[in-house]
Amino acid sequence: MSDHVVIVGAGHAAGQAAASLRQEGYEGAITMIGNEPYIPYQRPPLSKKFLAGEIGIDRVYFKPPEFYEKENVTVKLGTRVTEIDRNAKTVHTDKGETLTYSKLLLTTGSRARELNLPGFDLEGVFYLRNVGDVEGIQSYFNKGGKCVIVGGGYIGLEVAAVAAKHGIDVTVLEMAPMVMARVVDPIVSRFYERVHREEGVKIVTGAAVSGFEGKNGQLTKVTCADGTAHEADFVVVGVGILPNVELAVEANLKVENGIAVDECCRTSDPDIYAAGDCTNHPNPLLGERLRLESVHNALEQAKTAAAAICGKEKPYAQIPWFWSDQYDLKLQIVGLSAGYDQAVVRGNPDEGRSFAVFYLKEGRLIAVDAINRAPEFMMSKQLIAKGVSIPAEKLRDESINMKEMAAYAT
Amino acid sequence: MTKVVFIEHDGTEHEVDAENGTNLMEAATKHLVPGIDADCGGACACATCMIYVPEEWAAKLPEKEDMEETMLDFCDHSKENSRLACQIEVTDALEGIRVSMPASQH
Repeated sequence: MSDHVVIVGAGHAAGQAAASLRQEGYEGAITMIGNEPYIPYQRPPLSKKFLAGEIGIDRVYFKPPEFYEKENVTVKLGTRVTEIDRNAKTVHTDKGETLTYSKLLLTTGSRARELNLPGFDLEGVFYLRNVGDVEGIQSYFNKGGKCVIVGGGYIGLEVAAVAAKHGIDVTVLEMAPMVMARVVDPIVSRFYERVHREEGVKIVTGAAVSGFEGKNGQLTKVTCADGTAHEADFVVVGVGILPNVELAVEANLKVENGIAVDECCRTSDPDIYAAGDCTNHPNPLLGERLRLESVHNALEQAKTAAAAICGKEKPYAQIPWFWSDQYDLKLQIVGLSAGYDQAVVRGNPDEGRSFAVFYLKEGRLIAVDAINRAPEFMMSKQLIAKGVSIPAEKLRDESINMKEMAAYAT
Repeated sequence: MTKVVFIEHDGTEHEVDAENGTNLMEAATKHLVPGIDADCGGACACATCMIYVPEEWAAKLPEKEDMEETMLDFCDHSKENSRLACQIEVTDALEGIRVSMPASQH
């Protein structure tokens, strides 16, 4: 049988894997199958510049359309893989096609978690995961009016920021006692709540959304369990994402909060690999298994998987990093703060819009949230990878240049 | 369209027609120039699109904003003439510019 790498999915990881397979010298056939009508594109701008209408689809493509032709990658769009037959080494699609693979790469990504509350199917209820979602939201943007955001996480707050800039009356409903509660220290949560309020966004915490009401099929209000209601012309729900693992489960691959892979992105089937949001993978630098929702992870795992398919071991070993743009705030996060026992603040979160929070665990630096603080972010990238301990009083002392912290990395 | 030459660390040259109004990072990735990773897609968040700009061109570029300046300041292989390609808008003034990429982005 001739070489044929079939990539299921057409997101960041898929695009990077196709490029990396060629860079690693793979000369066989590559077929990429995606259920959206687009070649791989970058998702982060969807809740930022693309949503704002500042850039069009041609500027969010991961690689230009010519890339797939030049690198001889067959792309099947608007096509869903319905089944993997591991014995026959084939995949079936909803178009009735059967493709035979020598190696299969699952980059199925994740999907928005849905709120199946009463009225969820009204016109004007949106999630934000793909270009189609953004187009729907934008059709309301242009009319002005009122928007309710369900969920005060990154997606919800980024959309809130863009909508507010469009002159829309925005209310964010967050179930937890504070926004971004799952991922940052309360210091950072309070800061973001302050900035959003300064920008005219209403934030309601401790709000349990109970349903959507409408008139003639069109959303008019969002109701909460305590009986309050918020008028809305449209609502954007951002309550997390779920990994797309169904194909892997049905194929009896090992799945544990994501498709289980090893450090080289190999699944429990030697001919099947997986990369990106859909995986649960070991992180040797952190000493634990993770499922990550990030571009960086998708790109790096895709490089690792492509190398492994070509018979090269390039184990994935990266400190995770993320970013979020809201208004004039650039939040850069490196590391994972879960399990921290001390949050050290550098700068003043109560005034202005620039500070950093260092997360320590038993004295060791494990993560940083840097808001308009590139030096803290860039330096911490290196420090966290080296697992260093730095005294809190040094980190918070702004008279000490971040570069001097390098002394602890030796 | 503006002619831009990207030079890989090994000396390989890529001459591309860059669309005005886009940025140098986009020009490089659109034309499949190796050595410009641009993980963050141009958000000035990752510093994987560093280029070196010859002195004679430096003055024709937009000034560095604080974020770019500090990102560069903490990059390995950063030099006086380093810039982040995603922060440089393509204009007629750049016609014929030659920029090179560091070995670390190979």
